[in-house]
Amino acid sequence: MTGPLLRIEDLHVSFSTRRGMVEAVRGVTLSVDEGEVLGLVGESGSGKSVTGFATTRLLDAAGRITAGRIVFRGQDITRIPSGDFRHLKGAAMSMIFQNPRAALNPIRAIGQQLADAILTHRRISKDEARAASLDLLRAVQIRNPEQRMTAFPHELSGGMCQRVMIAIAISCNPALLIADEPTTGLDVTTQKVVMDLLAAIAAERGMATILITHDLGLAARYCRRVVVMEKGRLVEEAEPVELFHAPKHPYSKRLVAASPTVSSRVEDLVPEEERGPFLAARLVPKSAPAPGTPLLLDIKSLTKRYDDGPAAIADFSMTMAAGESVGLVGESGSGKTTTSRMICRLIDPTEGEILFDGYSIGHVPARDFHRSPFRKDIQIVFQDPNESLNPRFNGFNCIAHPLLRLGKMKPGAALTKRVRECAERVGLPPDLLERFPHQLSGGQKARVGIARAIACRPRLLVLDEPTAALDVSVQAVVLQLLDRLRREDNLAFLFVSHDLNVVRMMCDRTIVLRNGGIVEEGESRAMFENPKTDYTRELVEAVPHIRRAPALAVT
Amino acid sequence: MIITTLGATVKRAAKRFLSSLPALFGVLVFTFLLMRVLPGDPAVFFASGPNAGKAEIELIRKQMGLDKPVPQQLVYYLYDLGRGNLGNSIMTGQSVTKDLRDRLPASLELTFSALLIALVFAIPLGVLAALRPGSLIDHGIRLFCALGVCVPTFVSGLLLIYVFYYLLGIAPDPTGRIDIFTSLPPSRTGFLLVDFLLAGDVSGWWGAFKQLILPAVTMALFVIAPLARITRASMLVSLGSDFVRTARSVGLSWWRIVVTYALRNAILPVITIAGIVFSTMLGANVLVEKVFSWPGVASYALDALLSSDYAPVQGFVLLMASIFVIVNLVIDVLYGIADPRVSVG
Repeated sequence: MTGPLLRIEDLHVSFSTRRGMVEAVRGVTLSVDEGEVLGLVGESGSGKSVTGFATTRLLDAAGRITAGRIVFRGQDITRIPSGDFRHLKGAAMSMIFQNPRAALNPIRAIGQQLADAILTHRRISKDEARAASLDLLRAVQIRNPEQRMTAFPHELSGGMCQRVMIAIAISCNPALLIADEPTTGLDVTTQKVVMDLLAAIAAERGMATILITHDLGLAARYCRRVVVMEKGRLVEEAEPVELFHAPKHPYSKRLVAASPTVSSRVEDLVPEEERGPFLAARLVPKSAPAPGTPLLLDIKSLTKRYDDGPAAIADFSMTMAAGESVGLVGESGSGKTTTSRMICRLIDPTEGEILFDGYSIGHVPARDFHRSPFRKDIQIVFQDPNESLNPRFNGFNCIAHPLLRLGKMKPGAALTKRVRECAERVGLPPDLLERFPHQLSGGQKARVGIARAIACRPRLLVLDEPTAALDVSVQAVVLQLLDRLRREDNLAFLFVSHDLNVVRMMCDRTIVLRNGGIVEEGESRAMFENPKTDYTRELVEAVPHIRRAPALAVT
Repeated sequence: MIITTLGATVKRAAKRFLSSLPALFGVLVFTFLLMRVLPGDPAVFFASGPNAGKAEIELIRKQMGLDKPVPQQLVYYLYDLGRGNLGNSIMTGQSVTKDLRDRLPASLELTFSALLIALVFAIPLGVLAALRPGSLIDHGIRLFCALGVCVPTFVSGLLLIYVFYYLLGIAPDPTGRIDIFTSLPPSRTGFLLVDFLLAGDVSGWWGAFKQLILPAVTMALFVIAPLARITRASMLVSLGSDFVRTARSVGLSWWRIVVTYALRNAILPVITIAGIVFSTMLGANVLVEKVFSWPGVASYALDALLSSDYAPVQGFVLLMASIFVIVNLVIDVLYGIADPRVSVG
């Protein structure tokens, strides 16, 4: 066959919204050859997923292709009637999605779902379809495939669900697979396994793949060619090594800088010309604690058990000095969130002791802790800035609330002044304080959340995945902000995260958790450079890094 | 695998049943006390006539045990209840148990038929509306549903009688479950439609069916709206969900996407609502029973209430509460079968 497998020419996609037509994709041109792996990277709103959905004709009812052509095997598929296009779907091109568990029918056994896909395109008997489904489950390396055939999605882990999704997608040997953020939300080790599997299957079957992702490291590891999208436009196209070492477009530069790597420091996260205000704050000297001051936090064999189940966390001990930052990393189910919630005194420990500033606070019931004088000393920044702000409170009220409740301030000029001060410190323009959460961007909401947490001048800030829901460029700015606040106020950070690169940058020390126990702890950089346990090494190696050659050939 | 799921469902249902027993007892006591508090003296009501003397009324009161303090009455009542005795109705002169047993099948048959009719219309209407949200069809269905809810059942019932009995003459006269000249089939289930079928009496079945259809439609009209709206809403969620997108991405046929993938998921909340609707209809269909002279339990209880006949009312409330519990159990089991996630959670 001559020419590329897929050629997108000057594609425009618009969505009709309540505020009129919004152009999500504005003139994208790209091509994919047979068997090629193309990376499509960009932040939220860049139009990368919309491009994928336009190609497989899965746009919402509100979305329409307004101009351009999508040529698949020499045929303009934007002009094919939908009845004919249905036969292309699955058979010639298919797609896998973010959030694999939601992408599978929750009340249909996975074997049936596979058979549904197979029987749509092939005229074979039910038994043959069942056999083919079994083969597919074996191909995606699911253990005990015979038993899994009757399992429902909720009985499988996220990684397993994504394998099933891959099996469904490849069931009819498509020539093109579009993977839309296939591993976002999965643990880093699971991510590696799933991506390696996907790469191997694509290579084995000569299937072209478009990998849509926000993670530059992932694109670098698995793609031969990467295109960068911003605001519906394609801004740069290059080989990964070239793109990450010498990005040409200003946006690519910013994106590459913002992606944390093995060696990056917090100040590296924005391009050199934009570093001014951050470096100015760096000069504040860190005062050494006076001898004899008690440890800020001293935790002794903390254990939490939910309803007689196995312990979510067992025998957890750690200490923190004032102004220190400690990272808590681990995969889902490792107990890191449970631990951080206990330290914040939002849930009660089953056993163990928590000493804050020399005083035992572990025995105060969580529901009474809001009356404790230490409540304002321990504050928390939550994971999802969208869910953790009261939708009926505007920015001002969100920040003022802890001041009124914990700081015993009264509404008035002093309160207004303090709220504005906090907003200014987190870089939130004062006019945004009047807005409600839904009128703010993700980064702005994160800033409100941080301002709320620092309003009462806490001494310990617990950060529960504070940037997990943010784009990398926003994450970069928020991380810098947090680091600056810490140095200025001598705040102690307990930084809970699954992102090793972020923890490495932000934390002096790191504790690695697994299945409710500490696996390893130590000085962050040294530990990640030279892990002592196999598990930590596995974690470190699973993180896709930008400054490495693509690993596709290796698999 | 399936056996374990079923076992878990049954276990969960049993747990639910046990936890509903205190509520049942509460209902019992509450109704008992409520009846004593309500104005009206049954002794006066059932005395020989308006001229009955004080002595006669006192005598009746003593016979009925109403001269004793209320707590003692309650204990007697509970004791009788424990032996399966619901007391006697003064109005009919029969035991309440027998009265209810005679009349419950009529109510149940009517309610089941009405629910069936409602579901048969509501689900397709809801699906249609969800497939084309904001279209003319959607608005038309909304209007129809709104009308069904707005018009009281005694109005729509009379309207149906006027059109189909008086004007068109298709329907039989709206008096009870069956033509008085038709001989009843041997009572096996109490449901006339079933009994006629078992007896092989086709013309009898047809007669009973014709009697049933108007009141059933009247009741159905009233509940189509909530069912159709829930179907539409959950169908919209289902159609917009990720797994339907997956189904579209592999090119499944329209029918398979809409019915197997979207509707089967969307039907889950409809099951729950249908259960609630059923329980409500059974107790609240007194208007329909009155309009169509249907010999059901609701009209029986209303008559008893009006004549301060305590035992039938208490029996009726207990019956309704029990049926509510049973319906919830059935819904639980159905839900457990329809949704594999429930048994785990």
